[in-house]
Amino acid sequence: MVAMSGGVDSSVAAAMLVEQGYDVTGVTLKLWGGDSDTGCCSASDTDDARRVADHLGIAHYVFDFTDSFHADVVDPYIADHAAGLTPNPCVECNRTIKFGRLLERVDALGLDLLATGHHARVELGPNGRRQLRRGHDRAKDQSYVLAMLGEAQLARVRFPVGRLTKAEVREHATRIGLRNAAKPDSQDVCFITRGGRREFLREHVGDRAGAFVDTRGAVIGSHDGYARFTIGQRRGLGLSFGERRFVVDVDADSATVTIGSPCDLLRGEISVRDVTFVDGMPVARIAAQTSAHGTPVAARLDGARLVFSTPRQRVAPGQLIAFYDGDDPEVVVGSAVAQ
Amino acid sequence: MEEQSSAYLDHAATTPIRADVADKMASAAVESFGNPSGGHAVARRAKAVLEAARESVADDLGASPDEIVFTGSGTEADNLGVAGAARAARAAGRGDGVVVSAFEHKAVLAAARRLATEGFCVREAPITPGGLVDVDALGNLVDERTVVVSAMLVNNEVGTIQPLADVVEVVRARAPHAVVHTDAVQAAAWVDVAGLAAGVELISISAHKLGGPKGVGVLVVRRSTPLVPLLEGGGQEHDRRAGTANVPGAVGLAAALRATVDERTATAARVGALRDRLRDHLLEIPGSWENGDRAAKIAGNVAVGFDGVEAEALLVLADRSRVYAAAGSSCSSGATEPSHVLGAMGLDPTAAAASIRLSLGFASVDADVDRALAVLPPAIVQLRAPRGAGVGVGR
Repeated sequence: MVAMSGGVDSSVAAAMLVEQGYDVTGVTLKLWGGDSDTGCCSASDTDDARRVADHLGIAHYVFDFTDSFHADVVDPYIADHAAGLTPNPCVECNRTIKFGRLLERVDALGLDLLATGHHARVELGPNGRRQLRRGHDRAKDQSYVLAMLGEAQLARVRFPVGRLTKAEVREHATRIGLRNAAKPDSQDVCFITRGGRREFLREHVGDRAGAFVDTRGAVIGSHDGYARFTIGQRRGLGLSFGERRFVVDVDADSATVTIGSPCDLLRGEISVRDVTFVDGMPVARIAAQTSAHGTPVAARLDGARLVFSTPRQRVAPGQLIAFYDGDDPEVVVGSAVAQ
Repeated sequence: MEEQSSAYLDHAATTPIRADVADKMASAAVESFGNPSGGHAVARRAKAVLEAARESVADDLGASPDEIVFTGSGTEADNLGVAGAARAARAAGRGDGVVVSAFEHKAVLAAARRLATEGFCVREAPITPGGLVDVDALGNLVDERTVVVSAMLVNNEVGTIQPLADVVEVVRARAPHAVVHTDAVQAAAWVDVAGLAAGVELISISAHKLGGPKGVGVLVVRRSTPLVPLLEGGGQEHDRRAGTANVPGAVGLAAALRATVDERTATAARVGALRDRLRDHLLEIPGSWENGDRAAKIAGNVAVGFDGVEAEALLVLADRSRVYAAAGSSCSSGATEPSHVLGAMGLDPTAAAASIRLSLGFASVDADVDRALAVLPPAIVQLRAPRGAGVGVGR
């Protein structure tokens, strides 16, 4: 079963599996029935996916997972923002929906494998078990948002376009006559469209105005809503300084946003929760990547403490941290969530 | 058809077109291509064919030909009947109240909600757990202000025949300015619409539920029922629905309706026996139940649910084994939306999501039931089987 969003990556993923001789069934998830309908799960994208499925001669279904998406992705996103955290809804969607409920559905239907259009690779490791590796196109690599998958999931998933560059994906789409070959990549959070993130947070989180303070607690300005600020943020502060300034802390209770210099952000270690290892076994030498396209830094995990080899920018609480193998930077070995 | 052996059990969604209907439509399209609104011989020939179709439909629905308005669909007929009558009544100062049953087809509910945005006072009458409109409750919602009451003749999901005569009686007693509309789209294949809807002013039907073509419906509009049209232009259909007439469509609808009426009693008896066998065997599955009051059902409906089974998954397994059924009503994306019908009957969302509809029709045969009974029970067992740990990520 191939999860088809209507975009070019998952369309080509389906096409490649058909070409490889698999008995392929397409599925598009209906995730968001709200008033915004231009995100990744809109009716027109469903039509695109169905057209591609027809073109490939495969069956296509729509599964309505709206209830799960609300409960497991949107509601936690809102609650995290209200608590001053920086959630990653795409990670939660992968964890609970695509590789959670959908994978369960694939099992229930008696199908062998679930494929998606993610730019990542699942390969056999030296121990004969599946391992997750970065996508071939480093600029499009999505292994970070898949880092919380375990070997049990990886054994049943495929990412066919992970071996291709994005340009090769588009070439493949053009070659086989897919109409969506030039469709732009999806952007941002799919359930936030009309009005943007600030409007969504104001409506759903009850975002509140408050003060900007410096690291000594002195008030240096005011903002119109704390929830749209995240630790490490530099742009959009609406403040001018002689030097580069960053958000170094967000306190939801008092709606206070603390501004500081880059060195105020540096941490030698952070505490983490929800630690996972792909193979179930802890890996000692890791490289921690703290954002989708961030640079991994050498680190070691000591219980619930993640100790960096050299101090680095603080990670916003709620953000996923992907662990790569310290000896093979291509291989994902686990994940955690920053505290 | 591409299929070797398959079971089409979705006649409530649409039916295969009858061969003789397709032939008559093809002839009409070729030989009667004229614009019936014109004055010359070619136009007159098309007009004669159109009017013959209109008379045939009128005879079958207990109406006179000038009460027949051809539309582009059952949905358009519902929209025109509900919104058109309400707007005309309010313009004439008769009131602004609209009452619909809570499990009407979306074509009626959407029209009513549109009217609410225009300032009409719209209320929804509750449904009993057995799938019948609660006539007493409906009676309490209608009054002197009420201008339109819409109550379907047969529900599309659970197949229950509604107490339309009782609805009419309570409306006449309490709402002197109200007209009654009935969506008979699901009814026409199974019951005597002319008789059961004799007392209502507005009746919607659709050709493709009867072995006719998509894209044509009828709204019966009794004389002296004013209507504000949805489509304006050349004044066709006595100013009630503008646009060059769909002559082949009208011919197809008339032929399909005639065939349906002629064989209705025999079809209901034959299909009813098939349906009983299908339903009874499915209800032998542990943890199964029936939706809708059995005694009130048309002959073609099987509405059942299975504990611990997601209908969405069951329909995929059925489809893969060439058994074609539905859950709820079809929606444009192909998604199965939560059923507002089952919700209105008081089913909880989990039970509603575990419910499917198998709808038989004039084209159903024993082999369809055989196939469904060979495919569905093992599929239900498969979906209920406990599955390995390991699914579910992290945390």
